Amino acid sequence: MKKVFKGRVICSGSYEGECVVSKQGLNTLATFQKSALMNKKKVIGSDQNNKDVYGKNLTGVALILPQTIGSTTGGLVIQTICQMGINPAALLFSEEIDSLAASGVILAKNWENSQIIAIDKLGSDILTEIKTGDKIRVSKDGTVEVI
Amino acid sequence: MKLTQEEQDILDGKEGQTKAKIMQTLVEFGELFGADKLVPVTTSGHLVTSFGIGLLKPVYRIMDEIIEAGLKTPFPFTVDPRPIDYENVKCGVLDKLIFSKIMYSKQKHYEEQLSKIGLKNKNAFTCTCYLEEVGNTPKYGDILSWAESSAVVFANSVLGARCNRNSGMLDIFGALIGKVPNFGLLTDEGRKANWIVEVKTTSLPEAQILGSAIGMKVMEDVPYVKGLDRYLGTELNDEVISYLKDFGAATASNGAVGLYHIENLTPEAKKFNEKIINKDAKVYVIDDAELERVYKSYPVMWKKTDSKPSLCFIGCPHLTFYQLNKWTEKIEENLKVSGRRKIKIRTIMTSSPDVVEKFKQTENYIKLKNFGVNLSSICPLMYTNNPIAGSKPIITNSNKLRTYSKSRYYKDDDIVKIICGVK
Repeated sequence: MKKVFKGRVICSGSYEGECVVSKQGLNTLATFQKSALMNKKKVIGSDQNNKDVYGKNLTGVALILPQTIGSTTGGLVIQTICQMGINPAALLFSEEIDSLAASGVILAKNWENSQIIAIDKLGSDILTEIKTGDKIRVSKDGTVEVI
Repeated sequence: MKLTQEEQDILDGKEGQTKAKIMQTLVEFGELFGADKLVPVTTSGHLVTSFGIGLLKPVYRIMDEIIEAGLKTPFPFTVDPRPIDYENVKCGVLDKLIFSKIMYSKQKHYEEQLSKIGLKNKNAFTCTCYLEEVGNTPKYGDILSWAESSAVVFANSVLGARCNRNSGMLDIFGALIGKVPNFGLLTDEGRKANWIVEVKTTSLPEAQILGSAIGMKVMEDVPYVKGLDRYLGTELNDEVISYLKDFGAATASNGAVGLYHIENLTPEAKKFNEKIINKDAKVYVIDDAELERVYKSYPVMWKKTDSKPSLCFIGCPHLTFYQLNKWTEKIEENLKVSGRRKIKIRTIMTSSPDVVEKFKQTENYIKLKNFGVNLSSICPLMYTNNPIAGSKPIITNSNKLRTYSKSRYYKDDDIVKIICGVK
């Protein structure tokens, strides 16, 4: 039986499609800065220290991660990629969302009318049981499952 | 979250829609982390967003909204370093074109916006606002609305102030409203350590590698570091402050540390001793081998890994006055060894405008200049973000700069040999 993960809904929404899994903390600035600075239409992960996302398309996918780490520009970076429309469709956190990512999704929702989905506290098993490239379903009630 | 009547009025729009939206953002942010209330910010703010990158459209739009609403911070604030300094960091025509016309096209406009809402002065651009020369130095127990990960971790850990790892924009919002949500590192409970780090090295570890190792291990948790006082002593003098600045920056950029305690040294570790450690704290032992493992794990991102470096940045975060003098001595010693009069690799040292002004009054400044070193208050990270600069083989002793750029990291003793041509 396929496992269903249930988390806390921060920004609600539905999604069906591919996911990228970062087993380690995602460095927001290092991951998104290159594509954002170059005004690209898609984000290609540019964090040299994170092989899970380096070189991978992150636009429009569900990004599964423990938390974000790194520079305190993090929230602003998330807000900006949402404003540019090149954000991941969903941010799915295994742990409690960190303050920078939380700032980013709240800023995006309140100031950019962004539809980015954010769910946290999904449990650490999600990082190992779901693999990059898997097709997943995210529901409004905060459940995540492989389809 | 329980709001006072005054706070509720702001949220309800009685003081305008912009202020209501700012309040809503702060309240939602706090509620997500179980904040029980908003608490007053007790001193000046520090903002992370110092750069007028053209694509950061949300920032300029919100700033315009804030100015139009007539909002200003109750305390003058400082902000991270500027991205450009053509006088001291020479750039080619193409670099200049990319910097001024494409990347940082909004710099002048943005600085004008900052001035209108409460920027301290023209020297307010540094990531080390907490140094005494700069003067945005919080007291023990002060509540802050700061961003800039290296400044937040320093203020919390070394000064005993209280600040969460706020994001850009949230820093401005808290400073404008004069309130921040009470959770995490603002609370006694949130300041307790959930990691014990035992330093068992045979000498004082390189601050930037020790910080990196701890950051990667504990992520956003609070570490209590034992064994470091054997080398650093128990007093916060200029040398120790410089060490902790670099150590903290690495914990915050290679991980997400917002507060650390150093046994017998930092204020809360001194005050509470091991009572500040949670009972179920995990243990991380760091010895020489572990530091070497971490050091060797850093990837070299240059196109050709055997390239000769063309540029060196020292000072991310900005150097202290003590460090500027130490680096001058180090370079002098190494130039004597190599038999050279000037350094071999173009080198830029960065420090806050106030510290640079002070250093310029010393003989060491003349020496450093004669050695061929450029002194600037630029943000090395913003400079190396330029796609042209980013493709050059740049070296640095900053683990933060290594993390966010393609710069190659070297230990202090190695990098000074490289720039001085010591074989």
